Parts: sequence; structure tokens; C-alpha cells
Amino acid sequence: MHKLLRQILKTGIHPRRPSAHPGPRCGAKASPASLTAELGRSLAVRHVDSGSCNGCELEIQALGNAVYNLAAIGVRLVASPRHADILLVTGPVTRAMADPLRMAYDAIPDPKRVVALGDCACGCGVYTANYATVGAVGCVLPVDLTIPGCPPPPEIIYEAFAALMRP
Amino acid sequence: MPCDDLHPDTAWARLPGPLPAAHAWVDGKSWRALAARWRTEDGQLAALWGSDERPAGIGFVVHAIVICGGAWRWMSLAAGHDDPRFPALSELFPEAARQERALFDLLGISCDVGDTRPWLRHEAWGSTDFPLRRDFAEGAPKVGPADPSYPFIPVRGSGVHEIAVGPIHAGTIEPGHFRFSVVGDEILRLEERLGYTHKGVAKRLEGLPLAEGGRLAGRICADSTAAYAGAYAMAVEAVSACTVPPRALWLRALLWERERIANHLGDIGALCQDGGLAFGHTQFGLLKERWLQTHRQLFGHRYLMDMIIPGGVAGDLDLAAVALLDGECTTLLQATRSLQNIIDDHAGLQERFLGTGRLDETQARALGAAGLIARASGIGRDLRVFSPSPPYDTLKARIATRAEGDVAARVAIRFDEIYESLRLIRAILAALPDGPARVPCGPPCGVLGLGAVEGWRGPVLAAVTRAPGLGSHHVHMHDPSWQNWPLLERVVLGELVPDFPLINKSFNLAYSGHDL
Repeated sequence: MHKLLRQILKTGIHPRRPSAHPGPRCGAKASPASLTAELGRSLAVRHVDSGSCNGCELEIQALGNAVYNLAAIGVRLVASPRHADILLVTGPVTRAMADPLRMAYDAIPDPKRVVALGDCACGCGVYTANYATVGAVGCVLPVDLTIPGCPPPPEIIYEAFAALMRP
Repeated sequence: MPCDDLHPDTAWARLPGPLPAAHAWVDGKSWRALAARWRTEDGQLAALWGSDERPAGIGFVVHAIVICGGAWRWMSLAAGHDDPRFPALSELFPEAARQERALFDLLGISCDVGDTRPWLRHEAWGSTDFPLRRDFAEGAPKVGPADPSYPFIPVRGSGVHEIAVGPIHAGTIEPGHFRFSVVGDEILRLEERLGYTHKGVAKRLEGLPLAEGGRLAGRICADSTAAYAGAYAMAVEAVSACTVPPRALWLRALLWERERIANHLGDIGALCQDGGLAFGHTQFGLLKERWLQTHRQLFGHRYLMDMIIPGGVAGDLDLAAVALLDGECTTLLQATRSLQNIIDDHAGLQERFLGTGRLDETQARALGAAGLIARASGIGRDLRVFSPSPPYDTLKARIATRAEGDVAARVAIRFDEIYESLRLIRAILAALPDGPARVPCGPPCGVLGLGAVEGWRGPVLAAVTRAPGLGSHHVHMHDPSWQNWPLLERVVLGELVPDFPLINKSFNLAYSGHDL
């Protein structure tokens, strides 16, 4: 146990550094409006992968690490759509995931928002519509915010959520 | 080596490229006979797929690649024009079963035995449409309910009930469906249902010039993007008679080893989390994050996308970068060792890991386990050692194996492989050849090209077939998860439902890489 505690002390706290990323390539919706008036000071986010290559999932997972620590600004990933305010969708929507995605959306209580994360979800990725792919998230659900990138780096995702949380 | 003693009636042609591979056209009889012989010689079925060569007058073709004694054998069988059929391999190689089902879904080539339920086809296209046929009318997917009736195999008996999980899972993971039959908490049967992320990758690659498909190939499975882009580039270079400069080969190996370490760090952290030690998740999450930040600083992308391209590598390292990478190896080695000490000593965590989800060597061998999962069950399969393309022929990678085959062994293998990859990275940095990091890759001129990389999960394959007269091509990408998904169904038998996430995480198989 002492080794574990010593390691925690040695590791310390890691402040998030400002983004040095050049920014997304394809059209993001301009700075999102705050949701605090409507949804309060915490956001519960249900993530659905509707056919992604798993790149965007890696970055969502990275948002939970000690450098970004998204939970510290009141944004939590939740396990059920019933607990959620926001549906965060990654990937193009495959035919097999279109229905499950709609069902997840319907299960979220109002008021709710949809965020499309990554180039494919936003409609500017390599996975365009074809016989197995319906297309961008916007083809299936009303999208309120797009966060493009392949995948969007965690700073970009963090900033997008931070903007939703500003009073 | 026994496998080099080739079938006397078969004309084997050496394939271009760095792999010790040969190709032959076979008839139905030799197809079965060769497969049966390779099975007895401990050969592994690396991939089974098909292509539509009717425009070239050959009809439908089924391809199989078997690795036997370090040699690669690629056999192709003309399966007919109107009612294509081929002799099944799944009776010899159980890992072929799902690939045979996918072959029917995509091309309508049947083998008449075994499970005939659809595998990749949900309801996006009809049961008599075959998207990889050249005359398939590409259009929007069918509309209607997604998947009304997939016949899962029921388990009957007193107190047995089913738990259906997915396709949307509780965490941030890819979609797939697991159907458990349980009594209380004990798992009697698990049946996987995949294909939810099928995006028609092979069809897309047919429509892209070979020189431009790399960007898509690197986005089939993002956590293995360097391995996929590497295998794709090797296959394209093989059909383009392109000789990659030595510096590029060494830089590629550097990227593959860094990708392996990034994923292993993340997996060990996630396994600590699932085992109830949040400390491990935090610590390994930090190590992985720093590793990825270095990727972005030096290679422009946190996951190394678009770095490996046909002809070489898209970036290069200067002396300062080499020094930085070398120093990072020292730091990571120390940090990982001290964390491993803590984890190995943590009784609560080890209690979850030890003996859980055990896959013994006999089972692993019989079912065709690949890559990391095979090595954790005592089978020393690693392309870097058995089929080493430069620079692995001079680096002499050491295979890590563990005999126990449980979650603890799959954790231990990841630690072993981090240490070995760090050693390899330092060796690469110390001996990085001078010269260009890329050359122009000319237009394709050959007919067959094969590329293979030992990715962090196991061997990732790319096989290119071209019809030069028609200007068409087919690219098949293969993930080792095809072999390993069925093993997960086995190892959970008799385990408790709450241990499933831990066992599943210790496998960490690809969905998108499998579903294509």
C-alpha cells in the first residue's frame, strides 16, 4: 500500500495545457451556445458508436484521463440513455446501427441534444454513404453540434463541452 | 521445414515482396488435400476470402492463406460462374467458419456445410444480393427494421435464462451483440453477433486507385492504423515492384512498436479499472497520454494515421527527435516497472486476474488462436520472429509467451511485450539507416500482392489481386480478431457474468476491423 500511495504523490496533478492543434478541417458549427440555462450545471452524456473505426472512441476514453479529466467540469459519460442529456454519436451510421441509434435517442428524456463527433459522424470522413452505410448522423437524427476531426483531439472535444457548460 | 516440401502437382509461384510467400491455383481436390496436410503440420489459416473475377473470365475465386512452418501459402480456387461453390475449410480449421459465412454474405459463394446463418449481412441488403459482386447495383441500404430475427441458438433447461447485451454497450466501446445463456450468474453459453459496423470496406477499396486506398485502410481499425496502413502499403508495393528504402522499413517498425506500446498501456489501465483498481487506470492512462502526445509532436497524429504510405513513410526524424524518443523509452521503462511491482503485489487485483477466463494451449491450438491471445496460452506465434521482414530479421525480436492462458497471463504478456518493444525501439533508433524515408511508388504492374504486419493484436493482412487487362483490383484486409472472437465464446463458459467485462477486456478484440 505504501508503494501505491508514494506513486500517487510522485505522479501529482497534471494541468491541462492549451491546445496547439490547428483546428478541424471541415466545417464545425460555430461556438456552441451554453446549455446551462436549460440543463443545469452538469451534463450527462450517453455515447453511441454507430459504426466508427474506434478512433473517436479512443479520444473519448482519453478525455477521462488525468490530463483532460472531463468529469471535473461536470460532464459525465453515463451508461444508459435514460440518464442522459446529450447523445454523443461517433462514426458514420451503418445500416445495422441506424435503428439502435434511433432507439437510444428516443430513450433520452427531453430536453436533449445530439452531438456528432468526428469527420464520419459530421459527414466529411472517408466513410460516405454506400450499400451498408446510411451516412452522417444528420441523416438519422437532428444534430445540434458537430465536432469534426479524424479523430478530433481531446482538447477540441474538451473545449466544445466546456463551451456548453459556460454560464 | 516440412511445409517447404510442396505438393508435387501444384505449381507454386514465389510472390514478390519481403514475405516468404508463394501462390498457386488449385482444383477442389488439392484445395482440400493441401489444407488437410497443413492442418496436421500445425499450419494456421491466416485468411479466407473471395473475389469476383467473372469479368476476367475466371468466375468467382476463393482464396486461402495458410502460414505453415514460417512459409506463407496462398491458394486460389476457381469456384464457378453461376452457382459458385467450394469445399469448406471449417471442418479442418474451425476459425474459417465465420469467414465462410461472410464469404456467402458478400459474394454468394457457398460451401454447403456448417452454419448457414448470415454473419456480416444484417438487413442492409437482401439475401439474394451480394455486394462484392462486380455487377451489384450499389445504392442506398434497404430500409426497414434493422435485424428482426437472427436465430440465436437457445439453451433449454430448468432456470436457464438469456441476457442480451448490445449492440450498444454501457461503456465507450464499439457495437456488437452478446447473447448469454445463464443460470444465476454462471455462463452456460455465449453467442456473439457481429457485423454492426460493416461499412463495405472491400467495395470501397475496389473503387479507389491502389495508390489512394491507404487513407481508408488506415481507418479500418484506428487503434491498429499503423499495422493496417503498413500491411496495405506492403501489398501495394508488392504489386507495384516498388523497393522501399531501408530507412522507411526501420521507421515503420518503430511506428508499429510504438503503436503496440500505446495499446498495451491503455489495455493494462483498463484491466486495472475493470478489476477494481482505479489507481492503475489513472497511472497507465497518463503514460499512454504522454506517449500519444509525443506521436502528435513528432508524427503529426496521436494515433499515427497516414504516416505509412506506399513507397515509405510520410515523415522523418531528425537527431533531436531520435534523442527524444530514446529518452522517452528510458522514462517509460522505469515508470512501467514500478507500476508493475504495485500491480503484481496487489492481492485484490490479482484475485480477479488469476485463473479467470482460462484458455489452455490445446484449445487455443485447435481453434486457431492468433497473436497476443495465442502467446498468452503458450503458443509462440509472432510474425516478427517466424516470418521476419526487414528490419526484424536483424533486430531479432524475442517472443513473449505465458503458459497459463488466463486474464493474468494476458496482462503479463502485455507487460513483457512493452519491455521488448522498448528494447526494439532503442535498437531501431541506434541503427536507423541513412537515406530517404520514401520513394515514389510506381503504378501497379503485378497481379498478386501480400502484406502482413504483426500488429498489437496479432497478424494484420492485406492481399491485393489485380486483373491488369481490366484495370480492376480487389483488396482483402484481415484482422486477427476473426480468429480470436470465437475463443472468447469458449473461455467464458462456466465463468460468472460479472467477470465477462474483465475477460472481454483482456482479449480487447476489434469490431470495426472484423466487420469491415
